[in-house]
Amino acid sequence: MSNKTTVVVTGLGATTPLGGDVPSTWSALLAGRSGVRKLDWEGVEELPVRFAAQLAVDPSEVMPKQTLRRLDRCQAIALIAAKEAWLHAGLKNRTKKGYEAEADGFEMDGERLGVVLSTGIGGLHSALGSYATYLEKGWSRVSPFTVPMLMPNGASGHVGIEYGATAGSHALVSACASSAEAVGYAIDMIRTGRADMVICGGTEACIHPLQMASFGVMRAMSTRNEEPERASRPYDKNRDGFVLGEGAAVMILESEEHARKRGATIHAIAAGCGYSGDSYDIVLPDPSGAGQAKAMRRALDNADLKPEDIVHVNAHATSTPSGDVAELNSIKAALGDAAKNITVTGTKSMTGHILGGAGALESVITILTLREGLVPPTANVEDLDDEVDLDIVRGEPRKIPDGPAAALNNSFGFGGHNVSVAFKRAL
Amino acid sequence: MAVATEEQILAGLAEIIDEIVGIDKAEVTPEKNFIDDLDIDSLSMVEIAVAAQDKFEVEIPDDELRNLKTVKDVVDFVQKLSV
Repeated sequence: MSNKTTVVVTGLGATTPLGGDVPSTWSALLAGRSGVRKLDWEGVEELPVRFAAQLAVDPSEVMPKQTLRRLDRCQAIALIAAKEAWLHAGLKNRTKKGYEAEADGFEMDGERLGVVLSTGIGGLHSALGSYATYLEKGWSRVSPFTVPMLMPNGASGHVGIEYGATAGSHALVSACASSAEAVGYAIDMIRTGRADMVICGGTEACIHPLQMASFGVMRAMSTRNEEPERASRPYDKNRDGFVLGEGAAVMILESEEHARKRGATIHAIAAGCGYSGDSYDIVLPDPSGAGQAKAMRRALDNADLKPEDIVHVNAHATSTPSGDVAELNSIKAALGDAAKNITVTGTKSMTGHILGGAGALESVITILTLREGLVPPTANVEDLDDEVDLDIVRGEPRKIPDGPAAALNNSFGFGGHNVSVAFKRAL
Repeated sequence: MAVATEEQILAGLAEIIDEIVGIDKAEVTPEKNFIDDLDIDSLSMVEIAVAAQDKFEVEIPDDELRNLKTVKDVVDFVQKLSV
């Protein structure tokens, strides 16, 4: 046994293309429902890709317009997901002005509370919106909130202010691995004694014509414009690229000692995290998969787990022709024979790819998979790729047996960032 | 807006403040301090000042903005300039 501090997950929050909170997102995942829809923008017909996975509940439905004026969309949804996670963890409702006197729940000491909230892109809508204002009306009409709205640490800063977190507020950026790194950093903050509790997660909201054009011109996105719901199809023979999504997911991580002392419900153990860099290409993953396998093995080491302990992998699986199968090969390299006994799922088939928020959202999904003993299916696998030789869950959710179980959540980002987070079932 | 009465300026300012920071119009009374009483931060004050310049067709220089601490300060300033 190691002498590492055990870190547990005590709260979950999310707002996604499938629902405005965790329960609605989870039930849609189990039902295999897609959150991908046609875009209804003016001029959308000019774009090569005319669909995306937009939020099921727009922030304007749950936040006053005056609050939204000073927040980028990615910051607003991070605050929404953080609020759900905070209350889910049995913590006392609060705003930047302090705890609400009338509310129930535990009052967390801000000195022992940290924040790690990532985004891959940051406030793209705000940056471009303010630039449009500048061109049209001149510099003095640009919103004075432009800088805090476009900076990628804005969400982390806002959440830190809202919850009085003074142990440290951080924003790790590594493209589509950003918020998986956030979970890893949060675990380390607790293990090294910097904090007893960390609000961690990720957010992304960059469904903008520029992104549709930029990813489109890279030929990275699916162009299945006539069937958006069926476009994200990891492991299917006819997959043709990823589908852009938006959303935020937040977890409350806590030392087990702190959680038990305050009587919190423990949803899973955040067992460890592994990292590697491909050092290969700025956008293409190393086709040998060596870096991905290294990240998974390092996650096992960091979590004191053996390959046989792993029952499930929530794969990065973005529905690109080369990436999905390459990752399966990496999983086999990392787990060896034990890979034969695991289930694998690709939930981006339903949520789309929320880039810097994906690692956190799929961490939430992995935690629920272990807690509920149910693996959500990969949607849209009609014709399984011949090269797939692992057990991909599709069609219906799959039960995983009771008892000890651990799972990995993989996230890989442009730049060659490979991150794998290990979770263990709370028994 | 050529010549505005105190009441018109106060009502116009209250509309701007409601639009930008969501404070009820009835809260915006002359003696209120923007920071201490209405909890309006410095960046929001910049937005309010820009909106007030447009609405009342006056120029509020940065140096002046620093001196406008209460609702009455703004009303007086705008009235002085719009006469």
